[in-house]
Parts: sequence; structure tokens; C-alpha cells
Amino acid sequence: MGQNPNTGTPLVELRDISISFGGIKAVDHVSVDLYPGEVVGLLGHNGAGKSTLIKCLSGAYRADSGDIFINGEKAEITNPRDARRYNIETIYQTLALADNLDAASNLFLGRELVTSTGFVDDARMEAETRKIMGRLNPNFKKFNVPVSALSGGQRQSVAIARAVYFNARILIMDEPTAALGPHETQMVAELIQELKKQGLGIFLIEHDIHAVMDLCDRAVVMKNGERVGCVNVGEVTDDDILGMIIMGKKPPQAY
Amino acid sequence: MTQTTTTPKPTSSAIPANPLVRFLRATEIDTRLLGMVGALILIWIGFHLYGELVNGNGAFLTPRNLWNLSVQTASIGIMACGMVLVIVTRHIDLSVGSVLGFCAMIMGVLQVWVLPDYLGLGNPLIWIITAICGMALGSLIGAFHGWLIAYRKIPAFIVTLGGLLVWRGAAFLVARGETISPVDSTFALMGGGPYGSVGAVGSWIVGLLACAGIVWMILSGRRQRIRFDFPLRPVWAEWFLGIVGCGLVIGSVLLVNAYPWPKGIVAQYAQAQGIEVPEAGLFISHGFAYPVLILVIVGIAMTVLMTRTRFGRYVLAIGGNPDAAELAGIDTRWMTVKIFALMGFLTGLSAVVASARLNSATNSLGTLDELYVIAAAVIGGTSLSGGVGTIYGAIIGALVMQSLKTGMVLIGFDAAMQDIVVGVVLVLAVYADILYRSRTK
Repeated sequence: MGQNPNTGTPLVELRDISISFGGIKAVDHVSVDLYPGEVVGLLGHNGAGKSTLIKCLSGAYRADSGDIFINGEKAEITNPRDARRYNIETIYQTLALADNLDAASNLFLGRELVTSTGFVDDARMEAETRKIMGRLNPNFKKFNVPVSALSGGQRQSVAIARAVYFNARILIMDEPTAALGPHETQMVAELIQELKKQGLGIFLIEHDIHAVMDLCDRAVVMKNGERVGCVNVGEVTDDDILGMIIMGKKPPQAY
Repeated sequence: MTQTTTTPKPTSSAIPANPLVRFLRATEIDTRLLGMVGALILIWIGFHLYGELVNGNGAFLTPRNLWNLSVQTASIGIMACGMVLVIVTRHIDLSVGSVLGFCAMIMGVLQVWVLPDYLGLGNPLIWIITAICGMALGSLIGAFHGWLIAYRKIPAFIVTLGGLLVWRGAAFLVARGETISPVDSTFALMGGGPYGSVGAVGSWIVGLLACAGIVWMILSGRRQRIRFDFPLRPVWAEWFLGIVGCGLVIGSVLLVNAYPWPKGIVAQYAQAQGIEVPEAGLFISHGFAYPVLILVIVGIAMTVLMTRTRFGRYVLAIGGNPDAAELAGIDTRWMTVKIFALMGFLTGLSAVVASARLNSATNSLGTLDELYVIAAAVIGGTSLSGGVGTIYGAIIGALVMQSLKTGMVLIGFDAAMQDIVVGVVLVLAVYADILYRSRTK
């Protein structure tokens, strides 16, 4: 039998979360935890409830029952503003960008820098955006156009910059590489490694089993809204994980 | 994160051959703005020439007509500024005309029937209490509409369509359809007219302040860009913008000062002041009318709100992607209430201007205004699919609508023809905008 290699207080603990929509149980009594410096993959078919579960943490949904603990303390997260207060940042599958605004306005949306007179400080926000983009994606040059004019990869880098800029401690990435080419996917992988080293905890929702094997420390598999099990990625083969995803079969290493 | 940017298009950084493109890029002038101003000038010249050639009397491009045009634009223009925010956030407000009528009736009753009993006729407090009550009432009605839309999830179209009927009916009930006239004499000044204008000296002061503002904006913009190492406009382009901006301001001061008071008013005024009117007549300039100054102040304030505050940023974000705005932590429902309350406030202000201009309050005041306001915002480039719109565009849009109406009256088109032309222009303007957007994409 495998077991959780981490000890101490988890950074995040989702305990016994349930949420249903119109009688359909999207998430059914699922518990997951996450430790600092760790990447936990969330796997499962489309409709398995991964995104729904994680949206309870990011404040987009409110769980019907169950509790969320941050650093061992019970957290009330009822909207995205609450999540941000707990330093939880989310990169949504849809990216959640306002297409008519430029990169800087999107990066600081809801958290604008203001001047001493209370007006938004566009110049300073653009300068900060140039700084962080210089680090994440040095080729990014389109600072003065709406993000609708950007390519998929460029839009993705804006969404990632937004999550990284504000010193997140808990990062949720919902299929961050779905729209990306191989080169860009590689850059995201490197970024995840770097953030991990800085001690962030990362929830990674991912379909690509190889990416999971490469990037994740542990993987939690869900099926039909229920938790199938959790494995330490180093102790299992990709076939074991596929078996969990497809048939809901729990290998002996799972816990 | 991406390789697509590694090879920037060579044309984007190279200097374009076409001098016009180079000029527009250097001055950073919005080509849409240029197009709208061009259309406006064409309309003006067209009406003037038509009058000159067909009727033998070009009456459009005269100080008198343009001054009147500015006053007539004020009421619609003020509301159009608020309608931009409503439409940008993917809503609509069909009730503004009726709310204007209702606010005007309440203000009429207040200042003519109620307040004089307590304060005495002509008390200087009457106009200000009345105006504040009118704007507060408009804000409350707007906030109520916004609450129904945001928290009760009734579509804005339905809420404000109901509002269109309800408030028009309520406006009738306020005084059983009676017209209340005349309004308080100080209140009436906000509608314009010879006494409701700032005069020659006042206009010069306003003009010089505006010029100082333009110069300050150019200088501080440049300083800001230097501070953050952003690309600068060429110096000649800054000079060009400054000179054109100040030139327009000074030109409009000269224009409004070239329109004298009518003889009758001059004689009345001279008698009251005990001045002898000389043989050749006394030339007293109108200068900017108060409602026009109100519109300008509203326009500037709303532009600052839209472009320089978090509130404005959130309005645009909600219009661009409501879900993203919500996920970014913006309280989109409360924003909707605030936006409709602001629309209501501006409608109340518009009711002050409109009833003051008429010197009376009638229950039909503002009928069909909602359509002109929406048309002004849309002609000014506000996109009904949300996320796009500017305040200056809406004001120019209002000016276009009013120019068409005034121009057709001047050249003697009848009312049926006017409606047809306005309708056609609205559709064509939106079509031109769609073409423009698909080409610049």
C-alpha cells in the first residue's frame, strides 16, 4: 500500500466536498490535499468533476457541503475575491481574459495599481507587465493591443503572468497547455518546475498522461464525481493511472 | 511562452510609405474619431450648400444656428454619456425618455407648487433644491432598474421597456396631465437662452482654461511616457495636436461670441440696467450656453471615469467578458446597479436642462428620447455586443443626430421625411462601423 509521503500541515485541504447541479452530483464527497512545493495532478475523463472541484477552491462555485482548510485553518471561500485573499490564483481553461482590454489591464484586472489620487496608473501597470513578460515570454511585444489580437500562446502567457505576478502560494492550472504548441508546452513545464522550487503548491488539471508523469508528484483520479484514488507518481506506471481513469480500477499503490 | 512573436511582421516596425498613415501613427489620432468628425462636417456643409443653392439662403453654418445646435444637443448628449456605459456592459435602457419626463414633472411640481409656499417665490434655494431632488430621483429610479436587472435577473430590455410605460404614465399622474409653467427663473437659466449663457468674457475664460488643460495634458502625457521609457510622439506631432486642440477651442469661443442677443432682449436688459441703447444697437454676445457647459463637464467627468478609474475599467471588462470579470473578483451585479444609477442621475440632470429650456414641465417631455440617446451612442461607435464605446463618440453621435434634425428643419423637410432620414442614417452608420471594424481587425 502506498501512502502520502508528505507530513505536517497541508497547504490546502479540501475535505469531503460535494456539489450538485440540478440533482446531478458533479462532485461526490471528494477529499484532496496539497503540500508546499508539490504538484498534484487532477485526472479523469471530461465531466469527471475535476474542474468543478477546483472551482470550489478558486471561489467560482460554492460547495454544497464539505470544508476547505488553508494551512490547517478553516477557510470561507464564497467568491473569487476570497480566494485571492488566501493567495490562491487560478489559470482557467478558458483563460478568463477580457478580450477588449490590453495585456496590462487584464493582468491587473480587479487589482489595478492606482496613483496617489486614486486613478488607475496605466503607465506603471504597463511597465510592470513588461517586466514580468520579459521574464516569462521575452518575445511578447504586443502591449498596446486588445488581447483578442493575440495568438493562443500569447493569451496563455498573459493568463499565466496574471497568476504568477501576485505572489500566489497556491496555483490552480486547468489544462494550461491545451492550446499550446510543443515549444510553448515545454516553457510551461519549466515554469511549473521553477514555481515548485519556490515552494508553491500547484493543482494541475491535465489530460496528457505523459505531462502528468513528468510534472506531478502525486495524482488524484476522479470518475463520475467520485474520487477513485491517489497515487505517488513515482511508484506507478502510466498504465496504472490510465486504468484508474478509464475503469476506475485502484492499483495496490493507491490510497 | 510562444514562438509566434519571435518573428514580428517586418512592416509593423518599418516606416510606412504612405504619408497619411505615417501622420496618423505619429499623432496617434483615432481614425474612427476622424471619420465621425468628417461625417459631421460633411453633414454641416451639405445642409448649408443645399440651403444656399435650393432655397437661396444657407442658414446652417451661421453662429446663430450652430449656437442653437449646441444647446439642443445638450439634453441628448448628457444622457448618451450614460448610455455608453449601459450598452458597453451589454444592457440597454429604453426608459430614459420616460424617466426624464417623470423627473421633470416632479421638479415642476416641487419648484412651482411646493417650495414657494415654504421658501417664498424666487428664493435662490429653490432651483438648487429642485435640481438636486430631480437628480436624486433619477438615480433612485435607475438604481431600482439596475437592482431588478442584476439581482432579480430580469433582462434589461424588459425592465426598461416596463419602465418606459410606467414612468410615462406616472409623469401624467403627477399633475393629471397639466403643464406646469413657468419654472423658477433661476432654474430656467440652465436651459440656455440669452440670460442662460456665460457671455463674451465668460466664454474667453472658459476657452483659455480649456487651452491650458490641453497643453497640460500633452505635457504631462509626455512626461509620463519618458518616466516609463515608452515610445514618444514626435515633437511636431505634439505641437500639431496642441495647436489643433487650442484652435478648435478658440474657434468655438469666437463662434458663440459672434451670436448677439436679439434686439428685444437687449432693449429689455438695457431698460432694467438703466443703460442707453445707442442708435446702431448694442452688441451683447451670448457666449457658451449653460447647458452646453454642463454637457462639456459631464463629458470630461465621464471620460475620466471611463479611462482613469477602476470603475471604468470594470465597465469595459464586464462588457468584454462578464465571466472573466466575475472571476477576477469584480462584483458585476453591484456594478450593474451603479451603472444604471449613474444613467438615472444623468437622466435627472438632462430633465433639469430639458425642462429649463422649455421653461415648463409637461408629461410628454422626453418622448422618444430613448431612441435618440441609443442612436447617438451607437452612431458614436458603442458596440451593442458590448465592451467597446467612448464618451466623446457618443457626444459626437448626439451632435450628428441633432445636426440632421436641425438641418432638415432648416431646409424645409417635413416631419415624415425627417424620421425616414434619421432611421436610414442610423442603420448606415452602424453598417459603416461594422465594415470599419472588420477591416481593422
